[in-house]
Amino acid sequence: MKLKGWKDVNPGAVCTEAGSALKFKTGSWRAYRPKWVEENCIQCLFCWAYCPDMAVFVKDGKMTGFNYDYCKGCGICALECPGKKGNKAIVMEEEGK
Amino acid sequence: MAKVVAVTGNEAVAYALKQVNPDVSAAYPITPATDIMQRFTSYVSNGQVKTEMVLAESEHSAMSGCIGASAAGGRVMTATSSQGMALMWEELFIASGSRLPIVMALVNRALSAPLNIHGDHSDGMGARDCGWIQLWSENAQEAYDNTIQAFRIAEHMDIRLPAMVCLDGFIISHSIERMEYIDDDAVKNFVGEFKALNPLLDIEHPVSYGPLILTDYYMEYRKAHAEVMSKVSKVVLDAAKEFEKISGRKYGLFETYRLDDAEIGLVILNSAAGTSKDVIDSFREKGIKAGLLKPRLFRPFPYEEIGNALKNLKAVCVLDRADAFGGSYGPLFIDIAASLYPHKNGPVLMNKIYGLGGRDYLPGHAELVLNELVDIAKTGKVKMIKEYIGVRE
Repeated sequence: MKLKGWKDVNPGAVCTEAGSALKFKTGSWRAYRPKWVEENCIQCLFCWAYCPDMAVFVKDGKMTGFNYDYCKGCGICALECPGKKGNKAIVMEEEGK
Repeated sequence: MAKVVAVTGNEAVAYALKQVNPDVSAAYPITPATDIMQRFTSYVSNGQVKTEMVLAESEHSAMSGCIGASAAGGRVMTATSSQGMALMWEELFIASGSRLPIVMALVNRALSAPLNIHGDHSDGMGARDCGWIQLWSENAQEAYDNTIQAFRIAEHMDIRLPAMVCLDGFIISHSIERMEYIDDDAVKNFVGEFKALNPLLDIEHPVSYGPLILTDYYMEYRKAHAEVMSKVSKVVLDAAKEFEKISGRKYGLFETYRLDDAEIGLVILNSAAGTSKDVIDSFREKGIKAGLLKPRLFRPFPYEEIGNALKNLKAVCVLDRADAFGGSYGPLFIDIAASLYPHKNGPVLMNKIYGLGGRDYLPGHAELVLNELVDIAKTGKVKMIKEYIGVRE
C-alpha cells in the first residue's frame, strides 16, 4: 500500500471512516498467545466480554477460538477464564515456541 | 457605538468572552488562575451567556474538558495562569495536534519554585512550542481586542488551531485602565457563527479523535501542523483588517514605535513596552534615534517580517521577562537573533533579562539600556551579550 504524503493526511488525525480500526492489525505485537483448551470451556463468554479488542470469535453464542490478527496477547482472557474444575480453558503460551 | 470604561485587564477579557458567548468553557478557577473565570462564571450564573460551564478538579482536567467539548463541535474557551498552565501542558499538545480551535486567556505569571504569582512570561514561554497560536497584549485594550480576534483566527477553516491570548499578571490583569468596549452585535458579527469540523456529536458521520499514529505517519502529521502554522500570519492580518472596521484600532503581526529611521532599538513584549515607549520619546527629544518593536503574534513567529523591520538598525536590545535556563539567551532573544540571521550586516544584539516574578520595570531601566545601545552603536562592541537587570548583587 502506498503511504500518503503530508499534504494528504486528514487534519488533526481525525478518523472519519467508521470501523477503520479493522484495517490496523495489531496481532504482531503479541509475545504470548492465548490457547483455547476446548474440553475445559464452559462457554461463559467471559473471554469475549473482557477482551479489550475483538479478538475472541463467537458463533451462535459460543466461543470458537481467537482472532490472532488483533490479539495483542495481553492475557486478560486467560486471567478471567474460570475453566472447569480448576482447569483453565485459556492458557498463555510463549510465541515462537 | 463604543463604550468607554475603566476596567482591569481581567474584566476586559471576561467581557470579551461574554460578548463572544461560547458554547462551553471548562476551568479550574482558583489561584494561580485570575478572576477572569470568576467573572465569567458570574455571567453564566446570571444568565447573561448561554455557555455550559464545567468546573473541573484541576487545570489538566479543565483543558481535557475543553478538548472534549471542542471535538464534540462547540466553540470553547478557558483561562489560566502560571502553574495552572503548567499542569495543562500535555493537554496543550493534544488540543493543537487534534487541531481544535480552543481560545485561552493566559495571564502571564511566574512559575514556582520559589512560589510567586506576579507578572512574568515563564508560563507562556514554556508553552511556546506546543503548537498553539500566541497573541501577546500590552494593555487591557489589546487583551480585549486580541481575545475577540483570537476566535476568528483559531476557528478559521484554513487554520483550526488553538490560540492563547497573553497579558501581564497584575500589571495589566489587576490594574484599572481606560479602554473601549465594542458593541455586542459588532462582536457577534465579527466572530460569526461557529462552524464545527468533524464534530463527535454528528452521529450521522461518526468520527474518532486521538488515534495512534506510529512511525509510518507521525512525521507527516507534524509537517502538516508546521505547514498550517505558516498560514497563520495571513489570517491574523486579515482578521486585523476586519477588526479595524469595527474598532478603529489597527493591529499587525507586531507593533513598531518610531522604528522607521531608528539606529538603536528595543524589542520587548507586553506591558513593559508602554514604559519603554515613554523613555524612547525622551531619547528622541534629545535627538537620539531610538525605536521599539513589540511582537504581537509570537507563535507562529513572523521571522521574515521582524528581520526586515530590524535589519537596518545599528544596535538592538531584546528584553526578556523569562530566562531560558542553561546558559543560552532569553526566549525572545533567541527568536529575534534567528530572524536577523539571514541579514549579515544586521544590528549588534544584546539580551537583558528583566522583571522576573513581577519585579518592577522602571523608566530608569529602559534609560540604562538605551544609553548602553548608544555606546554599542558607536563602537560596535558589546560588553555582555546577556545580563540580568534590576537585580541586586
